Amino acid sequence: MNQGVPLEFYIIVATIMFFTGIYGFLTRRNLITILMSSELILNSVNINFLAFNRYLFPAKLDGHFFSLFVIAVAASEAAVAIAIIISIYRRFSNINVENVNELKY
Amino acid sequence: MEGNQIMFAVFAIVIIVFSVLTVTSRKILRAAVSLLFVLIATAGLYFLLNYQFLAAVQLTLYAGGIVVLIIFSILLTSQISHKFEPIEWKKALFTALAVIGGAIVVITTILKHTFAADTAAALEVNMNVIGKSLLGTGTDGYVLPFEVISVLLVAAMIGAIVIAKKGSPVRDEEKNK
Repeated sequence: MNQGVPLEFYIIVATIMFFTGIYGFLTRRNLITILMSSELILNSVNINFLAFNRYLFPAKLDGHFFSLFVIAVAASEAAVAIAIIISIYRRFSNINVENVNELKY
Repeated sequence: MEGNQIMFAVFAIVIIVFSVLTVTSRKILRAAVSLLFVLIATAGLYFLLNYQFLAAVQLTLYAGGIVVLIIFSILLTSQISHKFEPIEWKKALFTALAVIGGAIVVITTILKHTFAADTAAALEVNMNVIGKSLLGTGTDGYVLPFEVISVLLVAAMIGAIVIAKKGSPVRDEEKNK
């Protein structure tokens, strides 16, 4: 391989990043920090896609395009999430998850 | 050690340290800046893997777009000097145990598995190839997900505007009366 770094190292870094994101997702109570943890999770999956694509299927581009689409989905998810967070802030004047415990209908 | 091994080590350490800081920092703006460093180091990993286009997309869209969006919403919704209360130790301990257990299971599985590397010649990823695949309808074409993702982006943007544009809280209270 032209890299000199084994595939496993990339996946281990992505694994640590993924589980750090899960930790933040479970322990944080502020909505924006929960959103940041989910960005960490999505990003670690992207690293996996690209490392597998480069090392195991170098003649194809499936992982490359899949992570491109994941980035687009993450961008639209962040936009909608921040709109929801701002409208929650208008209603409750803070953005802790405990306040948001009922739906409108 | 070769150059790219050193660079990989640097990026890996930056990613791990700053992702831990992102989820543990008690000041929200510091957490956002740590997230920015994680995303930039991830773009560095993409450069190491020779995916220049995706690294550029990562830098502009994630590090440039999403982090700025997050920092804007932090400035709109919280005081900068505000510090989060520390997490209850029980919650932190049990979550950490679950997370570390999961990480150990996954890492041992990865290290046990032998990956069968493909010996096919590496495809050079330049803009020509990317554009042709993104709009191609053949075996390596991605025109359907491309169109679906454009519709999703438009829908998300319109939805974001509609959600964030609701009336002021005073008017909502009047309506409830």
